[in-house]
Amino acid sequence: MSINEAQVSTVDQEMKKQPRRRQLSDRSIVNLFIWPALLLLIAMNVFPLFYSLYLGFTDYSAIARQQPVWVGFQNFSRILNDEQLWKYFATTGRFALLSVGLQTLVGFGLAMLVNEKFKGSGLLTTLILIPMMISPVVVGLFWKLMYNPTFGFFNYLIGFTNPSTAPDWLASRFAGTPVPGMALWAVVIVDVWMWSPFVMLLVLSGLKAIPDYLYEAAAIDRASAWFQFWRITLPQVTPLLLIAVLFRTIEAFKAFDLIMGMTGGGPGDQTELISVNLYRQAFLGQWRTGRASALAYIILIIIIAISNLYIRYLNQMKGES
Amino acid sequence: MSNFREDGPGYPVTEASRVDKVSPISRRLRSLRAITVMVIAIIMLIPVFVMAITAFKSRSVIVSHPPTIFFKPSLEGFVFLFTDRAVVSKARQPEFKAAAETGELGLVERIALESGQEVTGPSDYVNRLKNSLIIAGLSTIFSVVLGLFAAYAFSRFDVLGKDDLLFFILSTRMLPAVVVTIPLFLMFRQLGLNDTHLGMILLYTVFNLSLAVWLLKGFIDEIPVEYEEAALVDGYSRIQTFFKIVLPQTMTGIAATTVFCLIFAWNEYAFALMLTSDNARTAPPSIATMLGRGGIEWSAIAAGSLGFLIPVVIVTFALRNYLLRGVTFGAVRK
Repeated sequence: MSINEAQVSTVDQEMKKQPRRRQLSDRSIVNLFIWPALLLLIAMNVFPLFYSLYLGFTDYSAIARQQPVWVGFQNFSRILNDEQLWKYFATTGRFALLSVGLQTLVGFGLAMLVNEKFKGSGLLTTLILIPMMISPVVVGLFWKLMYNPTFGFFNYLIGFTNPSTAPDWLASRFAGTPVPGMALWAVVIVDVWMWSPFVMLLVLSGLKAIPDYLYEAAAIDRASAWFQFWRITLPQVTPLLLIAVLFRTIEAFKAFDLIMGMTGGGPGDQTELISVNLYRQAFLGQWRTGRASALAYIILIIIIAISNLYIRYLNQMKGES
Repeated sequence: MSNFREDGPGYPVTEASRVDKVSPISRRLRSLRAITVMVIAIIMLIPVFVMAITAFKSRSVIVSHPPTIFFKPSLEGFVFLFTDRAVVSKARQPEFKAAAETGELGLVERIALESGQEVTGPSDYVNRLKNSLIIAGLSTIFSVVLGLFAAYAFSRFDVLGKDDLLFFILSTRMLPAVVVTIPLFLMFRQLGLNDTHLGMILLYTVFNLSLAVWLLKGFIDEIPVEYEEAALVDGYSRIQTFFKIVLPQTMTGIAATTVFCLIFAWNEYAFALMLTSDNARTAPPSIATMLGRGGIEWSAIAAGSLGFLIPVVIVTFALRNYLLRGVTFGAVRK
């Protein structure tokens, strides 16, 4: 332990050299260490949130040379009575349900497959994790090329070699006839491709934590593999699986980059998720800042509700372990 | 367990020797499983592979039907990405061809000439890439430093309302970018920070701060307090303990956090799209807008995408043991 000795000796020298300096109390250290971070968060997150709450009650437009005028709950009531927006909320919900559901299934399956070690399993697991680290907008752009009906790879890989009879995924057309909902499925496929590894990663950590003796005892009792799965694997993994699901649900409601890269909301408004529409209202066209702020708050409340579940669950897990 | 030896096995044990896993059937199942995983991994990596090879295709090869895997590699995509070009008029073409043959033109010019264009200068993308590097780099440093101090305080001291503060910090990351951006846009406009590097650095620092605090707190929690207590008994001040005991022990954690912050700032798209236009615009939104000019320049997009893919692959491998922490904000550790 030469390092420790060295440190001790330097301390001795320092203490001899200078009379004991006035030391910072623990309290002031805490304040000194925490407040810079907190202040930054307050300035860049809390203040804007209050500001945008205020804007939600005004008819402000960021490009108009006009001071915000207080309009009360008008924005909120208009949003809640706007059928178009309900449709976007429904699309977002459908997207979240489909993609999170499929991710859970695929991710769980993957985790079960790679859980037991074999030669090269570490390498393969890491390779499978690559998609979730790529920038979503780049993924979106890239899948746009994959889905291209004439020169994209996707149709070829699933067996359509003739462009005129193949599906044009992002235009929601199958062999020339429109099939509504296809573009949303195309986005769901990409989201599942990108984020199933995330579910896999979490479930895998849950699987690794299950003690072997549970299975050994079950095997000695001649329990079937099916029974072992239902009575040992699933209950033990559930907490982490739920965390993954909650996390992905929050992210699905925030989905923006991927859609912007792939479809920009199209064709028509088939993949217009609520956050894309919010961007459109706030920063394009008429810049309806007030209305967009109100809409932002409605989305925020939904996400806070889900996040609360997530955080409560995390707390519960920490309490147990 | 008949092969149990006093001195342990003579070779490293890599396979499970659970009683129910040694029968021939489960051995066969295991190799079947290995093959399945390999097939799935290959299928999942096809888009990544396509992305990588498309970067080396020329425009005519990309739009060829059916799509090809084997082709003559070309650097056209990279040239298109990094340069502004103008069409060479018919009258001047022989002159350029002659110059190319005598070797007066560099590699870049020759590649541009193949599609009948001359290079007029570096493209906007060069600047955007520079912006990305500056903004991602500086914001990462700030968030890791600020995060480290906060994480240490949260880990070692009783802070009033600690759990609430920590969850407040985490919740800032859960906010959708679009929701925060509207007021931030107005705030930045008032302060003259719109489309400036400073504004983006501040924003990305905050964006990554919650991640840094949570991750680093996890790492610091794992260092036994006894080291510090011993140092305090030896006469270290708190500050000295922090710098001389805690900091060296957290180095791995700091490195992992830094890389996570870097890659997230590097990949960020929504804030950059809404808060920058030209001066401080980063690479991700400008890759997306490459769609605009004269048809879709797929080769340039693919070449640009490669600049996002390569760091990601390196990071994924370098951080494979910390990925779980990184993507769950340090909430799940094992």
